[in-house]
Amino acid sequence: MTNLQLLWFLLIGVLFSGFFFLEGFDFGIGMAVRFFAKNRDERDVVIQTIGPHWDGNEVWLITAGGAMFASFPMWYASLFSGYYIMLFLILVALIFRGVSFEFRANMQTDTWRNFWEWASTIGSFCAAFLFGMMFVSMIQGMPIDANGNIFGGFTDYVNWFSIVGGVAVSLLCFIHGLNFLRLKTSGELRDRAQKWSKVLYPVLLAGEVVFVVLLYLTTDFFAKKPVSTWSILIALVIFTLAAWWGAQAKHDWASFIASGLSLISVVVLIFNGLFPRVMIANNSAHSILIKNASSSPYTLHLMTILTFTILPIVLIYFIWSYWVFYKRLKSPRTVEQ
Amino acid sequence: MLSIGLSMLGLSRFQFAMTTVFHFFFVPFSIGLAFIVAIMETVYVIKKDDTYKDMAKFWGKIFLYSFAVGVVTGIIQEFQFGMNWSDYSRFMGDIFGAPLAIEALAAFFLESTFIGLWMFTWDRFNKGIHCLFIWLTAFGSTLSALWILAANSFMQNPVGYAMNAAQHKVEMTSFSAVIMNRQLWNEFPHVIFGAFLTAAFVVAGCSAWRLLKKDHEHFYRKSMKVSLIIGLIACMGSVWSGDTQTRYLINNQPMKFAAMEGIYKNSTNKGDWSAAQGIKNHQKTWSIEIPYVLNILGHHSLNGTFKGQEQVNKELKAKYNKNGETRNYYVPTRTLFWSFRIMAISAGLFGLVAIVGLWFNRMKSQSIMRQRWFLYLMGLMVWLPFIVNTCGWFVTEFGRYPWVVYGLLTIADAVSPTSTVASLLFTNIVYFLIFASLGAVMIILSHRVLKQGPDSVTTDGYSSKTEESSKVDPYEMGAAHND
Repeated sequence: MTNLQLLWFLLIGVLFSGFFFLEGFDFGIGMAVRFFAKNRDERDVVIQTIGPHWDGNEVWLITAGGAMFASFPMWYASLFSGYYIMLFLILVALIFRGVSFEFRANMQTDTWRNFWEWASTIGSFCAAFLFGMMFVSMIQGMPIDANGNIFGGFTDYVNWFSIVGGVAVSLLCFIHGLNFLRLKTSGELRDRAQKWSKVLYPVLLAGEVVFVVLLYLTTDFFAKKPVSTWSILIALVIFTLAAWWGAQAKHDWASFIASGLSLISVVVLIFNGLFPRVMIANNSAHSILIKNASSSPYTLHLMTILTFTILPIVLIYFIWSYWVFYKRLKSPRTVEQ
Repeated sequence: MLSIGLSMLGLSRFQFAMTTVFHFFFVPFSIGLAFIVAIMETVYVIKKDDTYKDMAKFWGKIFLYSFAVGVVTGIIQEFQFGMNWSDYSRFMGDIFGAPLAIEALAAFFLESTFIGLWMFTWDRFNKGIHCLFIWLTAFGSTLSALWILAANSFMQNPVGYAMNAAQHKVEMTSFSAVIMNRQLWNEFPHVIFGAFLTAAFVVAGCSAWRLLKKDHEHFYRKSMKVSLIIGLIACMGSVWSGDTQTRYLINNQPMKFAAMEGIYKNSTNKGDWSAAQGIKNHQKTWSIEIPYVLNILGHHSLNGTFKGQEQVNKELKAKYNKNGETRNYYVPTRTLFWSFRIMAISAGLFGLVAIVGLWFNRMKSQSIMRQRWFLYLMGLMVWLPFIVNTCGWFVTEFGRYPWVVYGLLTIADAVSPTSTVASLLFTNIVYFLIFASLGAVMIILSHRVLKQGPDSVTTDGYSSKTEESSKVDPYEMGAAHND
């Protein structure tokens, strides 16, 4: 394995981390549209919190996908073709939630407004759930042949662990979204979001325990890398507890950062467990390795130069755009006062 | 050979065609409209005429719908290379992935971030800065076209690579060669001019419909004027870039050119050009021919000859068929021939309508309001650019049959071995239903925006909120209670 290959494995991890941190709260907000907000005015405000941002956040996924294609074509090809139906469903979910914000605002009847609100909520939930399922089923090992093609059966994709993974990721995203709401709204909405997360964190913690048990039973993470796996899991629990504390202590920023870091620790856990593989096969001889899956040194070198030139500029205006909209939105009830 | 039936390959091809064609309804429209809105807002900044501000806001609303649908269908594009064409991805990843990743990094972040800023900050930045946001969005979307076309151009005309036979893949040897690919610099201007043209004639056509109803005359006539000027320039640009591109094919992809012009036997020095012809089994059954035109179009001269499909097929067979392979290299001639003619005729029509429209629409004269037939014509022409864009891709993509990467990889070798007919059938049907509904919603919403008229943007300050709360910037409201 060359340094460049290692660097790109890490960069893919960084891009997926960015995606889950940012799109994580987008998904959460999407779910909150119908699960959390009580009336139309509240939904307006909830959607408004991500209005200027959701599109840019989704670009992290596109960049992660593109970077994977460029740096590890064999990984991209196996993963994307092997998860055909699951990715198709993710795409459908992303389509519906993506257009829902713009379309909903211009519907004239309540029926259609409800339709697009549910599209946002169900789409966001399904996308988060399926992403969780995908990554969790991936680390259990898949039936991969010598050419890197996955010929999986239903239970390879859908099993207890992957369902728990899907639930955990979507719950994490939902709470992350609530934490974002606490940061971006004031009054009633903010208070209620805080109340909800206080209740949801114990559920999440219980889910994390189940997750760890299943991780132990179905993957080789603990056997191969006990120290790093345990450290990341402990970090995950600490972040969860910190976010819970933030909810108790009305510390919005602490909760938001901590829930974002919990999502990132899940990504780190998966990438750490994969290393030095990119896809785990049931027959370990067929596992796809970082050293075999990558592009040529020329392409990796080129991509490195371009990424380290462009990404810093992107980050500057990306962060600036959040700073522009840093102000809190008001809850509709306080408007009436 | 053309197995379009219910085979795995046929369904995969159909899926790619369907998703790409649908996606490409919105891409050129969004790119072009971003520029038109940017130009309108720039005129507003310079002239301080509020009509132009309303114009930017009003057409910007339609732009946002198109942008949203373009974004969500764009993700399909990126994913389906891996999902449906995994062997293609393995073969091409080294070269194809890089422009795709740069597209996301350099272009998508730019356009998505600044469109978000543009949407919600009409009253928060000074005019010049706010105008810069839409220019950056337009610039980002153009950049994205450049990168994805760089990838496409390699498929049409591979350059800057070396074959890694052991691992059956291509490897990039020169990024600058990939970027300086002549195919790219033929394709890119043509796509961009096409994008301007698309948006220009949609704006002009929608304005024409409203003028027929005598609605907001001043506003729509100004919109029409701006868009027709852009449309005329774009039309000339499209013809010019289309001409360079077509002539480039004569040597580079002779089969594509021969099919576009319906040449079967080598052409004679007389240069007979088929205006129309019947086509069967790689032969013409009848044709209407005009002498010399073929030479004028192809060689910009009265003399010259072109290779016919028969000869090109023989040459390609000699070049690519190994070990007694019997593969033919004919392309779907009928599709190419007629698509090319639809493009050419439409270009003429666009140019003519733009000139006549600008004449009728002189600001001092009222004649455009009396020429109702002309407004009807313009209104109907709203749909034409989308047909023409699709024809353009038909020519480009069907024309490299049977290759997916010209000369290097056939379509049949590119498809995912893991795909199944059942899953492809399912996804094709669902995609079709989703696209049909999205398209319908798009049309309904744009129509509604048009019916609401420009007054809607002057009152609600342009945000996606409900009427009551939208009169005030929601972020300013929140500021009072910021803690």
